[in-house]
Amino acid sequence: MNLNDAQTLWTSNLFYLLLLIAIAEVFLYFARIPAHRSIFSLCRLLHNSFRLMAHSVLLAEKRMIQRNKEVLLTAGQKSAERLIEQEFNRVDAVLKRDLGGFPAIQRALADRISHIDENYLESSELEPPPPVWVNAVKSVAKISSGGDAAVANILNEIHKTTEHQFKRSIDEYRKSTSVRLSKLTKIAPDWRQVAELLKDVSKKFDGLNDRAKLLDNLMKEYRDNRAKTDKAERMLSSSSITHFFISGFVLLVAIGGAMINFQLIALPMSEMVGGGSYIGNLKIANVAAMVIILVEIAMGLFLMESLRITNLFPIIGQMDDKMRVRMIWVTGIILFILACIESSLAFMRDRIAADLHALRQSLADVDMDQQVTSFIPTVGQMVMGFILPFALTFVAIPLESFIHSSRTVIGILLAAGIRACAFVLRLLGNIFLYTGGLIIAFYDILIIPLLWIENVLTKKQEGTKKAKEKA
Amino acid sequence: MMKKTWILFILITAIGIAGCLDTTSHSQAIFMLLDTSGTYQHEITKAQSIVNYLLGTLESGDSFAVARIDSASFSEKDIIAKMTFAARPSVSTRQKLLFRKEFDAFIGSSSRSAFTDITGGIIQAVEYLNETGAGEKYILLFSDLKEELVEGHIRNFPLEMTGCNVIALNVTKLRSDNIDPREYFKRVEEWKKRVEAGGGKWKVVNDLERFDLILGK
Repeated sequence: MNLNDAQTLWTSNLFYLLLLIAIAEVFLYFARIPAHRSIFSLCRLLHNSFRLMAHSVLLAEKRMIQRNKEVLLTAGQKSAERLIEQEFNRVDAVLKRDLGGFPAIQRALADRISHIDENYLESSELEPPPPVWVNAVKSVAKISSGGDAAVANILNEIHKTTEHQFKRSIDEYRKSTSVRLSKLTKIAPDWRQVAELLKDVSKKFDGLNDRAKLLDNLMKEYRDNRAKTDKAERMLSSSSITHFFISGFVLLVAIGGAMINFQLIALPMSEMVGGGSYIGNLKIANVAAMVIILVEIAMGLFLMESLRITNLFPIIGQMDDKMRVRMIWVTGIILFILACIESSLAFMRDRIAADLHALRQSLADVDMDQQVTSFIPTVGQMVMGFILPFALTFVAIPLESFIHSSRTVIGILLAAGIRACAFVLRLLGNIFLYTGGLIIAFYDILIIPLLWIENVLTKKQEGTKKAKEKA
Repeated sequence: MMKKTWILFILITAIGIAGCLDTTSHSQAIFMLLDTSGTYQHEITKAQSIVNYLLGTLESGDSFAVARIDSASFSEKDIIAKMTFAARPSVSTRQKLLFRKEFDAFIGSSSRSAFTDITGGIIQAVEYLNETGAGEKYILLFSDLKEELVEGHIRNFPLEMTGCNVIALNVTKLRSDNIDPREYFKRVEEWKKRVEAGGGKWKVVNDLERFDLILGK
């Protein structure tokens, strides 16, 4: 193909292209109004559909929030009921313990008081008045001697006798006062004892007052829960999230403990069930070790349920006390046996590990005489093997807390997810609506020459019309 | 509630059945061939560390055999030691010590062979590995790969070694390889082709410091 041919071909192609564009422009111009309507309708349809979907999702979110609230408040109510019940039980115990001792205290107080009374009465006893003859002597003493020596002697004698009598009376009075004072001094220890007893009683009542205040708070909380107030919901929600994270953390620690436990018994289990057998891709020894740990956890759960510490299986909590005690014994014994098994497995593990170590040392041509042997790791492993099953028993407590709090947390997360979904749907709806306007504008850009001609013609027509109207 | 319980029960049963139906063997079997020909005999002490490494790595239920490559290797007499380790770790530890003792005894008393029947050894290895029924089968070829057959011995036929991984270890360069290195590459390539044509996999590991590369672990 030479240059001329190429030029001709290009010119002819350009001509056809321009012709095609012109036809398309004309077609688009005439189809403008229905096309605009179609685009607008389609975008409106999409916009409304997405808005409707968003609305529906928001309704679902509301239902979810309502459900979460109900779950939260019910859980809170149950928890408050439980706490109030526990507090009442404590008050009952305190009353039985302290008020049960009140008759004894009362007796002691009565004894002390009667003792005080006796001493007081004794102390209040007065010395009998001076003998009557003293007055007679006084009267005689007033008589004048009249210079008579005999009378003066008699009067002197009477005076001496009176003075002597007075001294005796004073001495007796002093003696009696000292006795009364000694009686009063005896009252002091009794007073102290009475004060101690009353202090004790006051302390006990203070304890009861504190419990009563706590009960008041709990009752207030319970009433708020029953009234389904927002404050109660907020408090419960916050406490639930806190419980979720704390219990989650404790569960992670427990999982760590279970993993260590697993490592402790997996190797010796291969000695019992064989090291080369598999279930699927899992070694039977590992599965058996895991089963033992899971059985321990299950037994721990049952033990905690039987002790009414947790409430994951209501059927266990509702059993009669005799049955529950039996269950406590059975689960306790099973746990003890499993702990013993683990301890012996830990011992076996140590032996196997020592053998393997010896083999590796031998294969690596290391001098075996340099090895230091100690019983401490063996004992340590055995103790760990014995303690870990019992430690795992307490997993039931955080597990219960985690399960209860996860309901709320999952609910909150789901609600947040649904809200985000509703937002995305609304956003999409608006995007479609404004995209319709954009497409219409772009459509008009494509046929802008014809629109310009139409505009010029319309203005011309309007100008002619106005000129005619003026004429 | 009942429905959920049933679904859970069915799921657990299905998982259990799936687990029980899985008959895949998870054990591995290794057959190590040691070249005792004149050109390679002095390399044999290097094999000792590999055997020790493997004894430390293999687990209960795995099989391990060591045989020498001599003038006519397709014979049980050439097997130095072979063992399938017991399921109990304590027993398998004793077996490994015994294995090591047997191998050490061989190292102390090994003699040079005049010819090198590698093919015979490989056929012997494949036979042993198939008998073990192991899930993973390995042939460790500790040789310079130069085959020298006794006149009359027929070995130029295709090998059947499906599922076998052949790992050539410490493939030393011969004096003639130094003159023309293409001979070395040709030798390795020929063995590779032969193994792969038989359905096996081929790998060469010359760095004996990297034991972990041997079984690809």
